[in-house]
Amino acid sequence: MEKQEVKKDQEPIISIKGLYKSFGDKDVLKDINLEISKGENMVVLGRSGSGKSVLIKILVGLLSFDKGTVKVFGKEVDKLSGKDLDALRLRIGFSFQNSALYDSMNVRQNLEFPLTMNKKDVNKGEVKKAVEEVLEAVGLKEKINEMPGDLSGGQRKRIGIARTLILKPEIMLYDEPTSGLDPITSEEINKLINDVQKKYNTTSIIITHDLTCAKETGSRVAMLLDGKFEKIGKFDEVFDPKSSHKDNKEIKSFFDYNFIQ
Amino acid sequence: MNSSQRRYLFSKGIDQYFTDVYKAYRFVIRFFKEVIHPPFHFKEIINQCFELGLKSLPLITLTGFVTGIVFTKQSRPSLAEFGATSWLPSLISIAIVRALGSLVTGLICAGKVGSSIGAELGSMKVTEQIDAMEVSAINPFKYLVSTRVLACTITIPILGLYCGFVALMGSYFSVHKNEATSIVSFFHNGFSTITFLDIFSSLAKSIVFGFTIGMIGCYKGYNATNGTQGVGKAANQAVVLAMFLVFIEEVVIVQMANWIRDY
Repeated sequence: MEKQEVKKDQEPIISIKGLYKSFGDKDVLKDINLEISKGENMVVLGRSGSGKSVLIKILVGLLSFDKGTVKVFGKEVDKLSGKDLDALRLRIGFSFQNSALYDSMNVRQNLEFPLTMNKKDVNKGEVKKAVEEVLEAVGLKEKINEMPGDLSGGQRKRIGIARTLILKPEIMLYDEPTSGLDPITSEEINKLINDVQKKYNTTSIIITHDLTCAKETGSRVAMLLDGKFEKIGKFDEVFDPKSSHKDNKEIKSFFDYNFIQ
Repeated sequence: MNSSQRRYLFSKGIDQYFTDVYKAYRFVIRFFKEVIHPPFHFKEIINQCFELGLKSLPLITLTGFVTGIVFTKQSRPSLAEFGATSWLPSLISIAIVRALGSLVTGLICAGKVGSSIGAELGSMKVTEQIDAMEVSAINPFKYLVSTRVLACTITIPILGLYCGFVALMGSYFSVHKNEATSIVSFFHNGFSTITFLDIFSSLAKSIVFGFTIGMIGCYKGYNATNGTQGVGKAANQAVVLAMFLVFIEEVVIVQMANWIRDY
């Protein structure tokens, strides 16, 4: 699958240094360091409960953290005022694991909602055009009047992505985009992630435990084990049978499990 | 820090209780802060008035009417013993206007509206819909909580007045079956003993009930955890706590009204 090339000499758009996060007695993230450049598709791989989702929720200020520095577009997320944080969030799209579509609204209303709530100056024609454009981007134009409950898992994921695209984000955060989907639908979502990056020129973080998704969408892969990044690099480097399998039993078992699946 | 190192001020349970009280206090304070600052979601407030208020109308009508009939039927024999059935309209009016109209509405709405808000916001919370609003730079507290609490505070007093009227109509039908009383003389008789303070305290009670029901439903729903089980728990707790507080408020406001009356 075709992926966009990344220019390494650019300033990182996301920078995480010495990040620690715990819930009660449990340390979830321990000394996380990560830099992501513009246009990059960074995949964070790890087992369920390893703190992957916590990491991207920290990036948009949904969760606080204990220690460290988290910068997005050069701004420290935890030091932003409510207004500045909202301005930052408008530049970030967040696709939730369960799509998080508003059950009481149909697809059109789901897509219109973030736009009309944030941009008071847009007229009805512009809203309609924007809705049609994002629906076309995710290939679900005919579902415009359906309720979320009537959509399949894959369609809900697509509409969830469309809802984030309507605000034209510069960063896309995908939380388990292929979880609970069959291989064919997963393949379509992987393609959509790459298409979105090309069409909207976004920088992405993809949280997943699906190796196929990681391989097809990621320009780099970060392997999260026990709250720490065990390996960061290109997919083939992280899962190089000559090194990492020998070094780390966790990576090997993760790879073997996905291979069997 | 592991669990053996954790220090509690009193005990785990007592500390948790005070933490919850403080969280609820902050939730209420946040409501007052959010509600006075723009943007004001008038469209959503009207929508919620329809959803929470207008859709409760059939249940309130039935309950109010039955309350009026039953209360009249139960009171008649006692008054008949003293040949005082002509006092029936006054007695019923005082009971309905001072207490029953607002209390019955409060309890019905605590069950219907409280559980509905608790379950709706609870399911939005556990399916990350509230988080989705937040990351889209939409203030979910203002859009979901402020609008629902305001809608309850506006519609429940109106429903309370309506319930009182329907209960009086029920009472009239019951009276009319035994005595040839006209509706005009029934209401004239009934309202001759009602003062402005009675109506005012009843309205004040309904406003407080509405605010409480909306706030409790939203608080429980907004802080729901643990998946679908948490949603059920939030809805259940919203009803139980709202009903409990409605009774407490009833006692306090009646006592206050009596002090004013005596004064």
